[in-house]
Amino acid sequence: MSGVLVVMEQKFGSGWNRMSFEALAAGQKLAADLGTTCSAAVIGSADGVAPLAAELAGNKLGTVWAVGDPLLAQYTADAWCAALQQLISEATPEYVVFPHTYQVRDFAPALATRLKQVLISDVTAIHDGPVFVRQWMQGKLNADYRHGGEGLCLVSVQAGTFRADAVEAGSAEVRVFAPKIDAAQVRTTPGEPFREAAQTVDLTVAPVIVSVGRGIGEQDNLGIVEELAQALGAELAASRPICDNGWLPMERQVGSSGQTVAPKLYLAVGISGAIQHLVGMKGAKTVIAINKDPDAPIFEIADIGVVGDLFEIVPALTRAIKG
Amino acid sequence: MKILVAIKQVPERDAQIRVAADGRSIEEGDAAWVINEPDAYALEEALQLKEREGAGEVVILCAGPERAASTIREALAKGADRAIHIITPEEGADSLAARDTLSVATLLANAAKAESPDLILTGLQSDDLGAGQTGVVMAELLGVPHATLILKVERNADGLRVKRELEDGWYQHVEMPLPALLTIQSGGNRLRYATLMGIKKAKSKETRAFEAGAVGSPVTEIVKVYPPERVKRTEMLTGSADEIAAQIVEKLKFEVKVL
Repeated sequence: MSGVLVVMEQKFGSGWNRMSFEALAAGQKLAADLGTTCSAAVIGSADGVAPLAAELAGNKLGTVWAVGDPLLAQYTADAWCAALQQLISEATPEYVVFPHTYQVRDFAPALATRLKQVLISDVTAIHDGPVFVRQWMQGKLNADYRHGGEGLCLVSVQAGTFRADAVEAGSAEVRVFAPKIDAAQVRTTPGEPFREAAQTVDLTVAPVIVSVGRGIGEQDNLGIVEELAQALGAELAASRPICDNGWLPMERQVGSSGQTVAPKLYLAVGISGAIQHLVGMKGAKTVIAINKDPDAPIFEIADIGVVGDLFEIVPALTRAIKG
Repeated sequence: MKILVAIKQVPERDAQIRVAADGRSIEEGDAAWVINEPDAYALEEALQLKEREGAGEVVILCAGPERAASTIREALAKGADRAIHIITPEEGADSLAARDTLSVATLLANAAKAESPDLILTGLQSDDLGAGQTGVVMAELLGVPHATLILKVERNADGLRVKRELEDGWYQHVEMPLPALLTIQSGGNRLRYATLMGIKKAKSKETRAFEAGAVGSPVTEIVKVYPPERVKRTEMLTGSADEIAAQIVEKLKFEVKVL
């Protein structure tokens, strides 16, 4: 048992999910720290994975595993678990690294259970040991985890933790791996991915965004934030709970399940800054946060912070902007 | 249809959280405790499924210390029919916080097995530890199919058709036979409040409580817990609301240059 294996992910069967390369960078770094080799696996139909594996072979990796089977043409947790369990017993890695995507969340905990292990999920840093850092309490605390006991260690890394452009180029050997999957093992039938009605709001091009979170309390209070957005000529956005409550349409949601934005200014009002939100906006050039909780994780990434009552500060700010 | 809803009691979101003296857990005395929000959506989905079918049973399953009884009562007041409370010690190696995901999911799966439910629902993750794994691990332990991040659940001839959230605003339908386990994403439904009648009725509903078995050796261990270091230097503004507003406008004009 040795080495690091990174499990790559495609975007609905065509092209890479870019988080895969962040996981690859994490895997390469972990392997370098441990003085071992990093390998990678790409999973899909045999025809689909061949070009992707060839592309991956241009990186500094031991082996690129091209894991192909007709039952892997579309993602199911059962087929993925079966294929990866077999690959792991062939490749015998000591560490398996995943990008912390929705797909990984769907199968990796089951795979870990099958291997009598526990996935260390949503890791934000890897230190010597190795020690894996996870967030607790929506980012208010960090917790250092260690894999105890025997056997391999499975880890998924959070979006934005490692840089995709840090992946080291090089060369690798491609090995075709054909797992044995029985159609009867696959208990779920997935449909084609779809979008809801066409989006009419494109937050990704907005230079200024005023975003509102749970701190606003109730729908009737949204007016003060709308007025601020108007005064600033900004698009109005929100964190998930606001859209969950139906106070603003889903298309105004910023975060892992909504839009990813990188405006010149992101003004976060009453947003505590759960990870799922931060991954959607931490590319903003300047972040101003207004929140009553001094420990809110939004202050970790804000350039300018105000601890206080948004119901006083937001109207005052609107007045000051209007002059 | 018998639906089991696995819920967790977590600290309230606004709670001031401090690290406990052992450096590996949180100071429990400080927090107010509430139902984990994604689990509240799982409960809502279960109640609506039962209402749509006009028959069935919704059973709450919760592992946690004695204090979790208040969250269980609230779930019964919202309309669940009865509850199972696996009582874990307040502290030590067998406490809920000290167990890893496999240990917690094993507790829940063992209790679920005895109930033979048609469907198990739980939230996609907990607001406190956020591992997002307990439901999936339970499904694997029980040998039933699962799907995660579910927004909508419908019965069909062979079992279920569910709407699963993908990233970046995409969705997908997934079909599967019963019994099955689903982890529920928030926002699929509006949450109901407990009515006065519900609160009254809850008092006569059954909660079966029993003590959790001892834990085996954990797979993952927590080395230490600590507040994150600030990676960015945040300039904190102070003063009256008007003073703060004036400072922000100054910055918007001359630093951020959006005014």
